[in-house]
Amino acid sequence: MRSIRAAAVGAVTMSLALAATACGGGSSSGGGSNDSPKTLTYWASNQGASIAIDKKVLQPELDKFQKQTGIKVKLEVVPWSDLLNRILTATTSGQGPDVLNIGNTWSASLQATGALLPWDAKNFDKIGGKDRFVDSALGSTGAQGKDPAAVPLYSMAYALYYNKQIFADAGISKPPATWDELIADGKKIKAKGKNVLGAEGSNLSENIHHVFVFAKQHGADFFTADGKPDFTNPKVVDAVKQYVDLMAKDKVIPTNDAEYAQNQSVSDFAKGKQAMLLWQSAAANLKSQGMKDDAYGIAPVPVQSGAPGTGAQTNSMVAGINIAVFKNSHNLSGATKFVKFMTSDAEQKILNTAYTSIPPVKTAQSDAAFNSPATAVLKQTLATSAAALPQVAAESQFETAVGTAVKDLFADVAAGRAVTTDSVKAKLEKAQQQMPAA
Amino acid sequence: MTSTALKEPVRENSPGAARELRRRPGRIRRIGLPYLLLLPALLLELLVHLVPMVIGIVMSFKELTQLYIRDWGSAPWSGLGNYKVSVDFDAPVGEALLHSFFVTIGFTLLSVGLCWLIGTAAAVFMQDTFRGRGLLRALFLVPYALPVYAAVITWVFMFQHDNGLVNHVLHDQLHLTGKPSFWLIGDNSFYALLVVSVWKGWPFAFLIVMAGLQNIPKELYEAAALDGAGVWQQIRRITLPSLRPVNQVLVLVLFLWTFNDFNTPYVLFGRSAPEAADLISVHIYQASFVTWNFGTGSAMSVLLLLFLLVVTGVYLLFTSRGRRAADV
Repeated sequence: MRSIRAAAVGAVTMSLALAATACGGGSSSGGGSNDSPKTLTYWASNQGASIAIDKKVLQPELDKFQKQTGIKVKLEVVPWSDLLNRILTATTSGQGPDVLNIGNTWSASLQATGALLPWDAKNFDKIGGKDRFVDSALGSTGAQGKDPAAVPLYSMAYALYYNKQIFADAGISKPPATWDELIADGKKIKAKGKNVLGAEGSNLSENIHHVFVFAKQHGADFFTADGKPDFTNPKVVDAVKQYVDLMAKDKVIPTNDAEYAQNQSVSDFAKGKQAMLLWQSAAANLKSQGMKDDAYGIAPVPVQSGAPGTGAQTNSMVAGINIAVFKNSHNLSGATKFVKFMTSDAEQKILNTAYTSIPPVKTAQSDAAFNSPATAVLKQTLATSAAALPQVAAESQFETAVGTAVKDLFADVAAGRAVTTDSVKAKLEKAQQQMPAA
Repeated sequence: MTSTALKEPVRENSPGAARELRRRPGRIRRIGLPYLLLLPALLLELLVHLVPMVIGIVMSFKELTQLYIRDWGSAPWSGLGNYKVSVDFDAPVGEALLHSFFVTIGFTLLSVGLCWLIGTAAAVFMQDTFRGRGLLRALFLVPYALPVYAAVITWVFMFQHDNGLVNHVLHDQLHLTGKPSFWLIGDNSFYALLVVSVWKGWPFAFLIVMAGLQNIPKELYEAAALDGAGVWQQIRRITLPSLRPVNQVLVLVLFLWTFNDFNTPYVLFGRSAPEAADLISVHIYQASFVTWNFGTGSAMSVLLLLFLLVVTGVYLLFTSRGRRAADV
């Protein structure tokens, strides 16, 4: 008797669990249509210092959109570490959001999956035309010769943030313009007992952004003109070695930073433990950690010699976030309206101010709100000396493979092992072999 | 169980269903009902385990990259291509897989061994009643009860190079290391992973061995004591042999769990684990979801499944043979 009763209880529980599992799941599936015109789901990338801060920034804007159009937007802020996987899973299952943020460097990779709505002339017209956007930002929206897979939302560039007090104490009057100057300044700063420059040695994306710029400064690229990986190009090897040598040989990056991956170097800078930081649009983050705006200065990222510009004088990647629409959204028309709203002049001003980024929309960018000395450096960099990461389908794999190679090299330095041209080349060779066959 | 069910028909069962059943021929009622009730569970098992497994096997024969993930059925067949890449140990993919396999074997043997040793020692120690035994027993189970993510992330904080508790104790207080060590990158990451794995795993061994100890008759120990056997002899001659069937299952379960553990290394190191701690589960995850070679990742998973099936089969064969020999 007892066994039958137990079996019955088990069976009922299992059936309930089955029903619950079947009920769960994404918001929309199937081919693009306008079946549910009154709702949208939006995956926002984590831009602020925390997910809570992002919700606080975005929710009032989404409410505004609902008031204007009657469309309710369900918001989910996704941490960076999860975002790519979540998008990939949504692509596989077809159960994803209607609108989502993507890191602009992933545009070509995600474009290759065919899951994102292509932004042809007709779609661009719905949001005011392609001409509204800055060229450098459009350069990171998909592979060349194809309709963009996304629309630029926030633009960012790397800059050198420096602590004015530490510089003054070390007798340094202006921020370094070249790497040699930075290394020389580093000696004076270390003499005062402070760390020189922060890095996120275990953060794959950060590693990629920096070695990409160093490669540009050496006149090289990680991919050949026809899109094949070229990681073992001697100039690329030199570039990667120069970056890792900032820790290994020049000792301006503390070995401690080899295991940083959670923005600890930003905290070190905000707390006044370290004199400089290479970061993209860090102002809001620094403020949230209690650092006053006038405590630090912002200068262009150093170059090998001379002044930043194009080619070998490149000193930043074109960083930023794009907004994309899932092709199989049940509310394509609402999704397009939402993209139009988010890229409107008014919203661009509000959102980019909140995130201390630069609007990729020309008219919003010229607004007085983005003319402060801090944003001027970022704007100038984006306009004159930033380059987009390779827009190839294997970009996201490149970020992981080479990002890991640099992480391993930093780990070698931390463990006291020598970093040589050969060891750098070996790591990059291994990374290249892991790339999918083109 | 079944015999109980057969002896006691459903007459006690209240309203509707039972009355309805009583009208049916006795045979169906007696034999069919338990199976009928188990059907949802079986269906669920089919959905949750069998279907994904079959899909995984199909995927392993396909050239499945990001270009096809929206409609993976349309991906071209690659025959044994993915398997060849996985086992070509001279090429980078196969070489990395082999390295990861050996790291996992070494890690699993050490972790399971230590879990068993600590768990057994604790269980034997807790056999005697003493003040505070209940509290201690509850404390022992804390690692097992904590959610994995929360527990492992705490370890991440403790293993930090500059602010972590581990370096604070080993370096600052005990002066055991010349300088603070890195635990989350480089070679030491293996030991960090091992510590967390053992910390997480031994309470399970403790729980199972403790349950096993309850079944050993006290008289055996009393008789042995009368014959002059010491504590160690009692453990060697009575406790361990009596625990044998329990241990056989325990070691197998621990082995499978540890070998396949994904959460611990993933939370500890993120999506790209250091080479020294590159466990196979994370390695396959990387092959599938980070480099987006889902076909190769699936082939690696199938190979892993085959390996575990063989290990389990051989283990069960040997242990059951051992048991039969002991019975004789």
